[in-house]
Amino acid sequence: MEGAPVYSRRRSGERCVPKISVAERRNMASAVRKCSWLLVLALCAALFPASSLRAQQAAPLTGATSPSSNAATPEVRPETQKAVNEKLAQLDQRVTAAQSAGDNAWMLVSAALVLMMTGPGLALFYGGLVRQKNTLAIMMQSFAMMGLITVLWALVGYSLAFGGSGPVIGDFSHAFLRGVGVDPNPDYAGTIPQLTFMVYQLMFAVITPALITGATAERMKFSGTCLFLTLWFLVVYAPLAHMVWGKGGLLNSSGGRFPCLDFAGGTVVHVSSGVSALVCALYLGKRSGYPKQPMPPHSLVLSFIGACLLWVGWFGFNAGSALAASGLAASAFVATHFAAAAAALSWSLVERIKNGRASALGAISGAVAGLVAITPAAGFVGPMPALAIGFMAGAFCYWMVAKVKQIFGYDDALDAFGVHGAGGTIGALLTGVFAQAVINPVFGAGKPVGWLDRNWGQVGNQLIGVLIAWGLALVGTFVLLKVVDLITGVRVSEEEEIEGLDISQHGEEAYNLEN
Amino acid sequence: MMKLEAIIQPSRFESVKDALREMGIEGMTVTEVRGHGRQKGHTEVYRGREYTVDLLPKIKLEMVLPDALVEKAVDTILKTAKTGKIGDGKIFLSRVEEAIRIRNEERGEKAL
Repeated sequence: MEGAPVYSRRRSGERCVPKISVAERRNMASAVRKCSWLLVLALCAALFPASSLRAQQAAPLTGATSPSSNAATPEVRPETQKAVNEKLAQLDQRVTAAQSAGDNAWMLVSAALVLMMTGPGLALFYGGLVRQKNTLAIMMQSFAMMGLITVLWALVGYSLAFGGSGPVIGDFSHAFLRGVGVDPNPDYAGTIPQLTFMVYQLMFAVITPALITGATAERMKFSGTCLFLTLWFLVVYAPLAHMVWGKGGLLNSSGGRFPCLDFAGGTVVHVSSGVSALVCALYLGKRSGYPKQPMPPHSLVLSFIGACLLWVGWFGFNAGSALAASGLAASAFVATHFAAAAAALSWSLVERIKNGRASALGAISGAVAGLVAITPAAGFVGPMPALAIGFMAGAFCYWMVAKVKQIFGYDDALDAFGVHGAGGTIGALLTGVFAQAVINPVFGAGKPVGWLDRNWGQVGNQLIGVLIAWGLALVGTFVLLKVVDLITGVRVSEEEEIEGLDISQHGEEAYNLEN
Repeated sequence: MMKLEAIIQPSRFESVKDALREMGIEGMTVTEVRGHGRQKGHTEVYRGREYTVDLLPKIKLEMVLPDALVEKAVDTILKTAKTGKIGDGKIFLSRVEEAIRIRNEERGEKAL
């Protein structure tokens, strides 16, 4: 692999771009010495479209000149030399611009894909799983996050997550998006406008609280939901995002006290939302009639479409987390897809063995579980470990949802904990097992990454990250629910619940088929 | 005049309807209904949770017939709706006092 591009890790201080080896640089320099500048131009023009050539690393010509190559080219005149340097500098600029254009295009598409996961993806997935009378209410809860969190993100959210360099939370340096413009932020993504990075991260902040509504479905007040999730975003999400991804964060994989691998949000998004979902389910109590009264999904067709949109959107979520249109993005894309497929198969297989039939709901739930579990691992594992993670996640989440939930009797209505909490936890731990330097030398060239590389300790670091996320989610959610209970109340009255949240909370119905 | 109500298997509905039309019955009202007689329901499993569905989908045909056609209609339905398994449904007959066509206020069998 000598001379191959070396990818830096996500959200580290370095740029996520391949580096050109010293040998390559020397070759370029000596070519300049030997040939006329026209010839050099032709060479550079040939290199220009090659995506692996990154201008940031191609140092100015004079800086790269080595004494040995000077001796071989005595005939170059100073004015020719100057013209060549100018032309090269110009080309450097154009290569930078070209790379930025490529990365930016991918990242903008990724941001849109991640938004698509919330609306319509999650809204349809959850919408189909509730009873008919609660369809609009649950969809509206996801949609409300697209509005609420977006505004919060612009005011303080982005700054709290990605401003400053504290160990636990950011600061207000980027409040009201101050200083966030088209120039890249070299702390996070050096090749795309900071605006792109900001809006991409926003989409994660939108979907995470929306996931929690799966546990509170069919019985939580709309006002209480909005207030709770607003506070939750500020108290739980923003600190966790900063700890794991933010500069100087406690769990940041480069330079953190406990370097924790979380490529696209296994702890930040799924453990945090899943565990909070469990607390919500316990705090709210069971739905009226649960578990005696049947509450089957009212439209698995909607859920099916939603799950497929989630799968597609997840490519933006995971592969986009490379923060560049790089080889690492391709690797994460592949791992994501394979894990989803494997988990869909394993959930279906377990179901077939247990119930005699493989259901459509089982298959799509399995796919989502696999996508959740591969999220922290996507940019660190190869395709075969991705298959393994998917297989394990599908079976594990089935067990959590079909068995553990019934043993303990909590009413996690749409299994936000069983899929996101459980899948996120197992995914975060397995990342420590399967991460390899060959895929992503996140701790530096040649340094082992996960258990497969014989870095046993990484599983421990992953465990610490998971425990901190669990702790913050448990405590934060419980306290916030208490507060919200005092202000707006959290649960609708029994009459409102029986009438359905569509009518009682929003004054409308999802289906008016008679008219 | 008699009112004939037949609750039948949805899978037999098309054949029953065609056979009734062939024997000259011009009008009927059809409803999709759910219910059960002696037939047991089935279980559905959603993420490991089992639900017993004991109300099964059926089709209810309703028609009001002149006395002369009643027996023939019953025979036709028996012949075409039968699968021989539990759940084939039932036929109910009842007397009808009066029928009125809204368009021209015709009464009795003329209104059918």
